[in-house]
Amino acid sequence: MSDMKMINLMIDGNEVKVPENTTIMDAAELTLGIRIPRLCYHPDLSMQGSCRVCIVQVKGIPYYMASCSVNVWEGMEVQTNSPEIQQARRDIVELLLDNHPRECLTCERDGNCELQNIAYATGVRERLFEGERKRFPRETDSIAVNRNQEKCILCGRCVRTCAEVQGVFNLSQQGRGFTTEVAPAHGARMDDSVCIQCGQCINACPTAAITEHTFTDDVWRALADPKKHVVVQTAPAIRATIGEGFGLEPGTPSTGKLVTALRRLGFDRVFDTNFAADLTIVEEATELLHRFEGEGPLPLLTSCSPGWVNFLEKFYPELIPYASSCRSPMSMMSSLLKTWYAQKSGIDPKDIFVVAVMPCTAKKYESRREEFISADGIPQTDAVITTRELIWMIRNYGINFAGLPDGEFDSPLGESSGAGDIFGTTGGVMEAALRMAVEKLTGSSPEELEFTEVRAVEGLRERELKVNDDITLRVGVANGLTNAKQLLDAVVNREKEFHIIEIMACPGGCIGGGGQPYPPRGYRIFDKRLLAKRASALYEIDKGKKLRSSNHNPAIRQLYDEYLGEPGSDKAHELLHTHYEAKLPRGIR
Amino acid sequence: MNNVTQTDNREEVRSRSMEALTPEIVAHIERCAADEHSESHLIGVLHKVQSHFGYLGREQMDAVAQLLRVPTAKVTGVATFYHFFRLEPRGRFVINVCLGTACYVKGAERIADRLREELGIQFGETTKDGMFSLEATRCLGTCGLAPVVMVEDKVFGDMTPDQVPALLEKHVKIWEEEKKAR
Repeated sequence: MSDMKMINLMIDGNEVKVPENTTIMDAAELTLGIRIPRLCYHPDLSMQGSCRVCIVQVKGIPYYMASCSVNVWEGMEVQTNSPEIQQARRDIVELLLDNHPRECLTCERDGNCELQNIAYATGVRERLFEGERKRFPRETDSIAVNRNQEKCILCGRCVRTCAEVQGVFNLSQQGRGFTTEVAPAHGARMDDSVCIQCGQCINACPTAAITEHTFTDDVWRALADPKKHVVVQTAPAIRATIGEGFGLEPGTPSTGKLVTALRRLGFDRVFDTNFAADLTIVEEATELLHRFEGEGPLPLLTSCSPGWVNFLEKFYPELIPYASSCRSPMSMMSSLLKTWYAQKSGIDPKDIFVVAVMPCTAKKYESRREEFISADGIPQTDAVITTRELIWMIRNYGINFAGLPDGEFDSPLGESSGAGDIFGTTGGVMEAALRMAVEKLTGSSPEELEFTEVRAVEGLRERELKVNDDITLRVGVANGLTNAKQLLDAVVNREKEFHIIEIMACPGGCIGGGGQPYPPRGYRIFDKRLLAKRASALYEIDKGKKLRSSNHNPAIRQLYDEYLGEPGSDKAHELLHTHYEAKLPRGIR
Repeated sequence: MNNVTQTDNREEVRSRSMEALTPEIVAHIERCAADEHSESHLIGVLHKVQSHFGYLGREQMDAVAQLLRVPTAKVTGVATFYHFFRLEPRGRFVINVCLGTACYVKGAERIADRLREELGIQFGETTKDGMFSLEATRCLGTCGLAPVVMVEDKVFGDMTPDQVPALLEKHVKIWEEEKKAR
């Protein structure tokens, strides 16, 4: 600290001192707690400086300066809040609003909209500027992510997120001037582009210019249909985040309330995707051990994140043979619901409507992959809704979530180990797989079940794990596809050797998924503090369980005994595994 | 890698990209792609493609993206940003009417009106038969000849509206001779 050069300046008449290379925006917040309004700025993304909402006055400078992109200098005198600058900021926001639909009351992001919040905070109380408004056709038919460019304010946060966080670069500003829009190449539909459906652009958007394709209507209809047996499965990460939608502190584990809420909504059975997460581990660890013995290439790449699978098929198709053939837990579960479960409960699979609650928009795409559509044209997963959509359904129904008693999942597809729970956060699949694989490799359960060193909270980890004197496992864990690229390039170029690599498309893993609640006030997207809280909920649930290894789940044993035979059996392959293929357009990496 | 099956589509995408361009342009792109800041060549490459094909087609832009390894969204973003780049095929003859200050003062607008009338198209459009495209341009640097019209690379000075039909007729004849030669 001592050799860091400090800069003295005045902010709103206060003498303050900050390290050099600090922006005016950060200096005001760090020293005086003044949060200058901002829209296009995000600390984890490159600088854009386009929205001009964060302007301040600097003595001696004849124009307003964007505080996000100007570093402090010695003797600088900054005014963050004179009547003049407040008026200028208000005018800027008003001009943004002038070119924005007046649809707040009916907008999907009403109450979660940063533009709305800023309009309020900067004091826009009437709209003085009336002019032409840009018009664009609305995209409604892409399966996961859709654009409504009339609501776009061209802040570029989605563009930067797609390019910098995910390394996909599907979005860019197309055209110029008044008719500029944010779109994939050639202005194509998201489904016809290199989009990997991760939905991070939805999270990054301050308004509702990008939203998920909602399936709540299909779910309400199925629930109201007496002929349908409607079952729901909820992903590991939902229990860690759903409470945020009802004012609970981020990181509050809400498994019991979630189950009760789903029953109140009218689902006939409430199952846990965690059961299938355990099943995934049993199948995938078996696959890993087989590859260890030379049957198939190493490293094994995990395959439960559908955004990552899309990325694999479009950006790294040469690595497809390395990917685990295991379906994701959601698709394993849906497959079993329409076979084993249907058979056991004597229900015609055609009458079963499977709803999956996922933290993820790419799961919507996964549910419509042709490999997961039955011969009669019915998808195995009938509808995928995100955490956000479920929060809305619970609110719509008028259920007081926070006051709900705890419920329990239905058996046997509701029983899971703690290894299933941690699937929802980075390193979780790896840790779950290690709990089983180490036991199989050494013949006894590992003494320490928590492999904390694979929890890649910073985004990327490479570790060597000594299993015993003979075996050392080299593992890689990445979340966010820009991070993943580093591991994948090392594999492509044969620079490094790994036994297993876990990749989650979204920052932090599923807890940071593209379908998760918009960050509560005081947090932002990709916020490490928020992700840590959400992850802690899953680790807390894991710790609290007696059953912590997937292969010890008695319900999984029952499934193999009754139906599948052995892990990796032909029947298991038919129902639980899949294949991938190179997809076009090919991404540029 | 012994028991790994081939799942890559790189060669297929690459050969399709090469087919969409000319060998000369492909060679140029490959030289650019070897540069440290290869993406900085994007505009230059697009110029080259447009000067050969007359416009930037979808296949050509996709090919540039793949061969230069610049995200396709960026390629189309740049192509749609600059007025000079055209995304639609142009006519055999591109007529540029100078609307710069000197030409404007000397009646360029009336020449433009006459061209629009004779051709039945607006600025930025191409006649149905693909013969003429009409463009407005800013100063061509030949103010001494104002008002001027440029057809392809050739400047016609001291234009009057009445000279427009003869100018068009002259190019129709070239077109017809080209047709016969084919």
